[in-house]
Amino acid sequence: MENSKPKTHVPLSKPIVAVHPEEVPLHGNIVSVKMIARDINAYFGKTHALRNVTLSVPEKRVTAIIGPSGCGKSTFLRCLNRMHEVAHGTMTGEIELDGHNVMEYDPVLLRRRVGMVFQKPNPFPTMSVFDNVAAGLRLNGRRDKTAIAETVEKSLRAAALWDEVKDSLPKSGISLSGGQQQRLCIARAIAVDPEVLLMDEPASALDPIATAKIEELIYQLKQNYTIVIVTHNMQQAARVSDHTAFFYLGELIEFDETKKMFTTPEKKQTEDYITGRFG
Amino acid sequence: MRGKELYFYRWRKVKDKGMTSLALFCVLLAVIPLFMIFFYTLAQGLGAINIDFFIQMPKPVGETGGGMANALVGTLILIGLGGLIGLPVGILAGIYLAEYGNNKFADAVRFFTDVLSGIPSIVVGVIAYILVVIPMKSFSALAGGVALGILMIPTITRTTEEMIRLVPQSFREAGLALGLPQWKTTLRIVLPTAMKGITTGVLLGIARAAGETAPLLFTALGNRFWSTSVKEPIASLTVFIYDYAKSPFEDWIQQAWAAALILILLIFLLNLIFRYATRGRYGEQQA
Repeated sequence: MENSKPKTHVPLSKPIVAVHPEEVPLHGNIVSVKMIARDINAYFGKTHALRNVTLSVPEKRVTAIIGPSGCGKSTFLRCLNRMHEVAHGTMTGEIELDGHNVMEYDPVLLRRRVGMVFQKPNPFPTMSVFDNVAAGLRLNGRRDKTAIAETVEKSLRAAALWDEVKDSLPKSGISLSGGQQQRLCIARAIAVDPEVLLMDEPASALDPIATAKIEELIYQLKQNYTIVIVTHNMQQAARVSDHTAFFYLGELIEFDETKKMFTTPEKKQTEDYITGRFG
Repeated sequence: MRGKELYFYRWRKVKDKGMTSLALFCVLLAVIPLFMIFFYTLAQGLGAINIDFFIQMPKPVGETGGGMANALVGTLILIGLGGLIGLPVGILAGIYLAEYGNNKFADAVRFFTDVLSGIPSIVVGVIAYILVVIPMKSFSALAGGVALGILMIPTITRTTEEMIRLVPQSFREAGLALGLPQWKTTLRIVLPTAMKGITTGVLLGIARAAGETAPLLFTALGNRFWSTSVKEPIASLTVFIYDYAKSPFEDWIQQAWAAALILILLIFLLNLIFRYATRGRYGEQQA
């Protein structure tokens, strides 16, 4: 019943969402929307982690989610590829990918389209650099060796890691440095050719140089992928994202173009957080 | 440093040294019995070990020499049969408990596994007697294998569960986020990561089973002749030791010591083989 609702008449639970959920303005242009979350309420047991969140994720753009710890950023991200339920969380509301409710997807197939990079680099310790990137393909049943090798190279190049590891592909994935490991995880995620890439504080465990590389990479990746990035680092959000959503205590306070969010936010809470007065 | 600071600094150093020495002392205390057993067995049994001991059959009373080829092979067959039962059941049960075991049924399984590991091995022998020996109307290697297999299960199950639980959740999530089904994530990512720890559990289980005598007495029985049939009674090192050690003959008692030495070395060898076979390519992971 919820699905049959015409997409253009989405009631917004909170009028503070400044933009139309279907068409998001960006530098004066209207961009199309890849994923839509409507009235999301998420719970961990009795904890109410997200309250009535409605948010549109524009296609082939970077959407940053900011907010203080415990505000539901990560939970929201994990709702988008149904990883929330892996941690025994529950959720109400509706999330659409290209207009289809994600709850109707097989979660396994959904996650092939909506990939994820985690806060802590987590390459598989029993696999080589090459095998880590090939893992998603191989374990999903691909056998063609040349095609796999090509995809591995392509993914490592896309993750700006190829030049650094091309001579150490048979080495252990965890022999790389922290920043390299994180880019390896990005390569692993994009090797299965997702459409959306969710990044949960991908640079928070890295030093400034490695962080700069990841940010540069995100900038490159948005030509092909829709990216949603959770970050604690306001400067990072300002640098890499086109849109920014500010979460506070499980609610979406404001969502707008990044430039506007960081110069003339509409909500006082947003301004206070961005200027470092709380959070 | 001033007087008081210096005093505290030195006192901290003394405490540090004291605790380190204490730990070292306890380690020695723990390994001393092991070395004593090994060297005493070596001293007593080495004299009886020669080529004949490995390739000859036991000699009748009164004749000197002879060996325990049948018991050596018998023990290997019994361990093999036990492993065929204990390994798959133990490992799969461990996987279930660790990855899907968030329910009452799993709690019950955990409880009964713990009970099973506390059951005296001779009782397990009785169970195998009832399950296998009575229906087959004969003592057999199979019955011995079933008894040893049952004995292996609790150790292997619980170690497998513990080791799989040690694998960080982030690897499971990484697998799932790549669009892998849960069973594939478990089998191809979690299990290899936990492999070394699981090997330890398997080895503990096998070593325990290999050293058992009581459950074999009325299952595999023992056999003074060559047999590799699973339907016949079969000799084993432990029963061989038991029979020879309580005999009044000087050379038999020495052969019992030799058999004990061989048993220790066999377990040692199995240990090395398993560790080599399941070594990670990168020497990652602890445990």
